[in-house]
Formats: sequence, structure tokens, C-alpha cells
Amino acid sequence: MPHETTKNAAGALDVAVLVSVGRHPVTGRTRRADQDARAVEAALTLNKAHVRLIHAGRHETDSETALRGYLGMGFEGLTLIEQTRDADVLPALTSTLREAPPRLLLCGTRAETGEGSGLLPYLLAESLGWPIVTGLAEIERIEPEHVTLLQALPRGQRRRLRVRLPAVITVDEAAPAPRQSAFGPARRGRLVVSEQVSRPDAALAGWTLEPARPRPKRLKVVKAASARDRFKAAAAKAEGGGGQVLTDATPEQGAEAIVKLLQDEGVLRRLL
Amino acid sequence: MLDILLPILIFSALALAAIGAVRRIRLWRQGRPSPVPVLGGLAAVPRRYLVDLHHVVARDKVMSSTHVATAGGFVAAMALAIVVHGLGLAEGVLGWLLLAASATMFVGSLFVARRRINPPARLSKGPWMRLPKSLMAFSLGIFVATLPAVGVLPPDAGGWLVAVLLAAAVAWGLAELVFGMTWGGPMKHAFAGALHLAFHRRAERFSTAAGPGRRSTGLKALDLDDAEAPLGVETPADFTWNQLLGFDACVQCGRCEAVCPAFAAGQPLNPKKLVQDMVVGMAGGSDAAYAGSPYPGKAVGEHAGDPHGPIVAREGTALVDAETLWSCTTCRACVEECPMMIEHVDAIVDMRRFLTLEHGNTPNKGAEVLDNLIATDNPGGFDPGSRLHWAADLELPLMAERGEAQVLLWLGDGVFDMRNQRTLRALVKVLRAAGVDFAVLGNEERDSGDVARRLGDEATFQSLARRNIATLAQYRFDRIVTCDPHSFHVLANEYGELGGNYEVSHHSTYINELLEAGWLSLKASRLGRVTYHDPCYLGRYNGEYAAPRAVLDALGVERVEMARSGYRSRCCGGGGGAPITDIPGKQRIPDMRMNDVSETGADLVAVGCPQCTAMLEGVVAEDRAVVKDIAELVADALDESAPAKDRRRVTEEEAA
Repeated sequence: MPHETTKNAAGALDVAVLVSVGRHPVTGRTRRADQDARAVEAALTLNKAHVRLIHAGRHETDSETALRGYLGMGFEGLTLIEQTRDADVLPALTSTLREAPPRLLLCGTRAETGEGSGLLPYLLAESLGWPIVTGLAEIERIEPEHVTLLQALPRGQRRRLRVRLPAVITVDEAAPAPRQSAFGPARRGRLVVSEQVSRPDAALAGWTLEPARPRPKRLKVVKAASARDRFKAAAAKAEGGGGQVLTDATPEQGAEAIVKLLQDEGVLRRLL
Repeated sequence: MLDILLPILIFSALALAAIGAVRRIRLWRQGRPSPVPVLGGLAAVPRRYLVDLHHVVARDKVMSSTHVATAGGFVAAMALAIVVHGLGLAEGVLGWLLLAASATMFVGSLFVARRRINPPARLSKGPWMRLPKSLMAFSLGIFVATLPAVGVLPPDAGGWLVAVLLAAAVAWGLAELVFGMTWGGPMKHAFAGALHLAFHRRAERFSTAAGPGRRSTGLKALDLDDAEAPLGVETPADFTWNQLLGFDACVQCGRCEAVCPAFAAGQPLNPKKLVQDMVVGMAGGSDAAYAGSPYPGKAVGEHAGDPHGPIVAREGTALVDAETLWSCTTCRACVEECPMMIEHVDAIVDMRRFLTLEHGNTPNKGAEVLDNLIATDNPGGFDPGSRLHWAADLELPLMAERGEAQVLLWLGDGVFDMRNQRTLRALVKVLRAAGVDFAVLGNEERDSGDVARRLGDEATFQSLARRNIATLAQYRFDRIVTCDPHSFHVLANEYGELGGNYEVSHHSTYINELLEAGWLSLKASRLGRVTYHDPCYLGRYNGEYAAPRAVLDALGVERVEMARSGYRSRCCGGGGGAPITDIPGKQRIPDMRMNDVSETGADLVAVGCPQCTAMLEGVVAEDRAVVKDIAELVADALDESAPAKDRRRVTEEEAA
């Protein structure tokens, strides 16, 4: 039985989830990407939403197994924008989303295969002209023009945001774990191929790719005599020091403060 | 007057029974097709009833004799009553035979009545409480009504009042015993039971003139190549028709309930109620009329279903709650005890398959374990390239390098478990001491698929099984030896359907052979009292009860048996993915098992299964018995001063 939300009910919120081909960290086998699956889960738990899945990439046996993993969460179909291996999927995704714009676009923060730079959601939001929110913890309320959500911050903190629709929301490990993918719906679901021109990624062509080497982990030496000290050390906040809180600042004052900070940190050297 | 009434009663009862039979058969035929040899099956019923079924019933001597007297008396009395009273042929010996048959039946019914005075909790009450009275009414009524026919009493003795009373008693008896059989009364078990024996889905279980029946314990594979074939059982009508027939044969004796570890632990499962729920679903309605022990913690009367409605609802309640199905440890104690030869475990896994493959609703750690099996070929999500890390210093011979060996040592997923690694090291030590020519698959080995299959994920099971079969096909070996009864069962009994046929031995069987052949020398044991816990997948699934005990005896220990051992062994709680789905109960199954151990006063419990080791060793109790695998006990007792034998060399000498 397909999930309720896949039925296009009148007045339902149109939600699109971008899904990618994941890679298991131990064996490297393709699978549904964890963050993308969490994004699908977040979409499926919305009331009165019509959820569609979109994938841009090559269509091959391995990637099909992974994509069917998303279908197994309870979908009848998935839009597959077929692209060549060297393609930059951004233009294809942008034009697909412009043709039929959803009110809400969900995706994982970073892909498990390919570049995995985590930039795609930002570039997509920029080219669509939509706001982007990262680190979704929970979608609290949907209104016709806005969505209220909780954004995950470090150490379990949450920030409530009210965002104008349409919007791009990215999901990481802070969102609830995805539901099980069932074999039956995964096998039955259809991959609906959608035609889009493949634009080769010029930058990628100039790069040399090699497998990442696991970097040695820095040992965290905790000199604590008691369990209480160890707990405090583990739970302690990163000590930033400095910093300032601006209240009631004008946008110009805020921007100046940010530029000053970036210059102090050496990020914006050329403006000096 | 009786000679007019009795024929009418008898023939109308038979006619009603025939109508009921057609209706009942229609209920069963709602199920999916399952081809059976009709005439051959029917012809086999007497033998299957008198030999195989009686073998199970006879474990309770009193009840067995009671049933022989009552049922045998009834069948004889009914057949003779048709001739004597129905056709009016009372001449000669027939009337006297009828008197003898109804008297035997009456004596039997007294014992049935006695059992119903303070019935044990496992017996269903309700309509079953009136059964002894019905039996008595029929046997007494026929007995007295036959007296005039043989000339003991004058034809019109007692006048019309006695005649009416007799006719009423016989009518009551006929209603219960003849058409009650096909209209759903307690006697339904006789009609459905006989046909169930004829059309059993595992006909190989039964003995034939050629020899005893085989154990038939491997689950049946789903056809995954056919995209239209249903993935498991969603509605009662998704069972095969002879499975539905099997459920209908249940006599509600509750022997399954009495041995079910999940029921005893207070988890929401009672095999008897589950079978009755399937009957309710097949006929449509609610379980309110059920008169036995409920699922622990679940009231009767809140669940209902119909033949084409879901058994487990996605939300809310339907016929059965999912947690009932996930409580089962697949220990087969219920199947072993069932006098009607019902296959509870098949049914539970069939329903689990639907929950996992269609709903995607395997509880608790189930989904995670299945994901790990898919991605890493082992349930813990460990690197499949690290399967031999535990044996880095053992220099185990690899099949990939050797190509052939006499024994392929199947290690199992215990390679990732530090406790089981001790057992494996001990087993390797024993094999080397005996000079066995063995090799391992190493990183080429994958999970056998046992857990995936019992969690209902037939797709992952078949994927693992097919890849393992392809790996095994590359090498030459005489047999597989493993210390994991779950792998043993799957390799020996479930790979065959997918094209992998092997001779498989449990390590206890193999060590026993080595001892008997004189390949191992053991020192005198210093162990005290030792008891042995039969793993379900070695004992009930594969019938190996003797070899582990023979090994213990060879060790020279004082072996004591638990009250529940051998084919009645109580499960450790580790089978069927139960520790993964982890359905809460009132107590833990391994705690109950360790109580069984401590009742024997044993200081040590010998085990032969990684699951049992983990479950029993996880029990926290004061002065709990030590848990050790048979391989560890043998390895500790090896006499290392004796010269090591080279099996290969000796074999070559023998050949020369």
C-alpha cells in the first residue's frame, strides 16, 4: 500500500525530496543515502502533503538498487532525470524544479557519492531564488505561505524558525531516522525517466579524484581524576571566547561586524 | 416407537453432517492452491493416524488410552448403530458388538469427564466442557436403546417416556458427535484432523510402509522471480488451503501453550490462541467465543477479522497484533508437541514475511539488522573483510588457497563475537589435535541467512543463500562442520531448495565421531555435575540429541538432565530473531532456562550453540552455573602428551 502522502489530494502541500545514490561507509555498496532517507522520512510524516521523489544521475543497476530503497519507504514512483556520468546535475535539477515548482524542497545536507561537497542545496536555492535552512530537526507547522520548523544546533539545542515558502530545507543526522525500506513496494515502484540535457561539469573534468585516506584521529587526552570531571569534560561547550552579541543593529552594522570578523579570522584577506 | 425415531435421527444427522462438510470444505478452499495427492493422501490417513499421530498422543498415557476408548468406541458404535438401528439389522452378533462398543465409549467418556473436573489451564473451556456429557449421552443412549434389539429387554420396556428420553439423549449425542463435526463444534477436530492428515503440507513428516517419516523443518521458499506472487500472508485467504485446514484441525488441547517459552515469559503469544485466531479469520468474526488462555496481557474479544481482511492492521487492531507474531522464537516446541501435526512456525513466518516485505515493519532492531545484512553480509554491520581477525595467530587454511579439504569449517557470524571466538578457537584446537584436514572460507563466508529468513526478509535470505551457494560450489569438500546449529539447519535443510545440497554436521556430532574413531585422546575430567542444554535448531530441528551427550559421557562428567530436555528442551530465547525484535514480557526466557539448570544442581551447563551461549551467559544470578560450549570442554580435556595424528597420512596408508 503506498503511503497516504503520495496521493495528490486537493489542497495538499506539494513537497519534493531530492534523493541521491548512497554508499555504505564500510563496504561501499550502494544504498539509499542516510541523510536523503531522513529527508524522505521528514516529508512522509507531514500531514496533508503530496510527496514526490526526484533523482538526477546515471541510470544503472547499482544506482537502481539504491533508488528502489527510497521507493520501499512507500512510493509508487520516482522521477529519474537521466544524466551522463560527467554531468553537473545542477542545471537539470533547476530546470525540472522551475517547470513544476514544489512548495517545499527537502534534501540531505551532503551526498555520499560524487563530489559530496554539500554545495548543491545552496546553489539550487540560489538559482531558484528560495531561502535555505540547514539542519532540520522537525517540521512543526505548515501554513499557506510559511513553514515553522526546528533547526538543530550543536549540543542538542534547537532554534525555531518561520520560513517563507517555497524553501529549500536540508536534513542531516539530527532529523529522525528513516523508516524501513520494504522489498515489495521497492520492487513494484516505477522509475519515471524525465528528459533533461546533460551539461558536462567543466570544473570536475579538470580534477584528479582519488579515494580518501582515513585521517588519524587526534587523541583526546582527558586528565580527569573523577567520573564527574570526565563528564564535565565530555559535556563542556567549545570555548570560543570573544565574540559579541548585536541587538537592534541595522543591517549595515551587522554586515560590517561580519566583514570585520571575517577579516580578523583571515577569511577575507583581499578586502584589506 | 424407538425403531421409528432412531433411523430418522441417524440419517438426518448424517445428512446434516454432509451439508456441514461441504460448507467447511468451502471455507478451507478460500486459501491459495497447494497441490496434494488426493487419493494417496486419503489412503494414508489410517497409518498416519494410528502410527504418527498416536506416537505424539501416547506421550500422555492416560489421555491416549482415554482417546482410544472414546474415539474407537464411538467410531465402532456409530458404524454399528447405522446398521443395527438405521437399517434395522440387529440379528446375531451385531447388536452385542454395538453394546460392547458403546460401553467402551462410555468408559472412555468417564475419563474425559474426570479430566474436565479440574482441567489444567492449557485446556479450553466453553463448549469443550459439555463434550464429556455429550459423549455419555450418546454412549448411554445407544447402549440402552440397543438392549431391546438384542432381546435383553422387551421391545416396549419402560413405555413412551423412556423412549422419548432415550431418543433425546441419542439426538443430543448425534448433534454433538456427527453433525457437530462439520458445523464447528468441539468434534470438528475429528473431521478436519483426518483430512489434515491426508493433505498435510509436509507429507514427508509421516511414516510410510517403507520406513519412518523424515524431519521436515526447513521453511518453504517464496517465489521472488514472479512479481505477482504474494510476499507472505496478509489475509487468512493468503494461506494455502491445507494450512487453513490444519488450523481447523486444532483440538485446543493446549500442549503447545504449555511448552511455549514466549507464553511462559508473559510475552503476548499463545500458539493455541494464534491457531484459533486463524480459524476465526477463516470463518470471519471476532475472537470473543474463544474459551482458552488469552495472549498474556491481551483481553479476548477485542480482535476480529475476515477471510479477505488483513491479519495485522497497519494501525489499530485486526485479527492479531504484530507483537504476537514477533514474540515467537521459532523453537518448534509447539510443533513437536502438537498431536494434530499443525505447523505453527510456518504460519508465523508466513505472516512475518508480509510485515517485513510489504509493510516494512520489523520491530526494534529488526530493520537495522536487515540493513546490515544487506550492506555487510553480517547482522552486526562489521567489515566483511575482518571475518578472520579473531584467528590472526591461528593460520587457518583458506579454501581459496587450498581448493579442497575433507572438512569445510563453517564459522558463522560468531566470528565477530568475542565469546564465540573462544568456542571457535577451542574447536580449531580440537580439529588440529585430531589431525583433521579442514579449511575455512574466511572472508568469502557470509551470514547463512537464518536471521533474515526468520525475520521475514525472504529476499535478503535468498540473496545471501545464493551467493553462499555460488561460493561453496567453487570448492571440493566432503562435508561442512559448524558449531552454529542455525547455520547447520539453513545449510542442511534450506539451501537445498535453492540448489545447494551438502552433508552438514554439527561440531558435537563430528567430535563424537572423532572420539569414537579414536582420533582424540582425553584426560580424565575434573568437572563436577554437568547438564546439557539442547539447542532447538540442533535437537527439534535436526534430531541430534545423542552426540552431544555421548561427548559429555566420553569426558567422564556426571551428566544430569533437566526436567525439560531432549525433544522437550526449553528454548534459550535466542532463536527466530527474538533478541532483535525484543518483545517485552514479564520475565526473560533465558532466566527461566537458567532456573531449569540450577534445579539440577549442575555447576556447569554445556551448550552447542552461539545463541544459547550468549543468552544463557547473559543471565545475572547468584551462583549461576558456568556456561561452556562442548568444544571448549573437549579442548580443555585434550591429552596433549599423546602424539598428534595426521589424518591425511593415515588415510593414505589405509588407501595403500
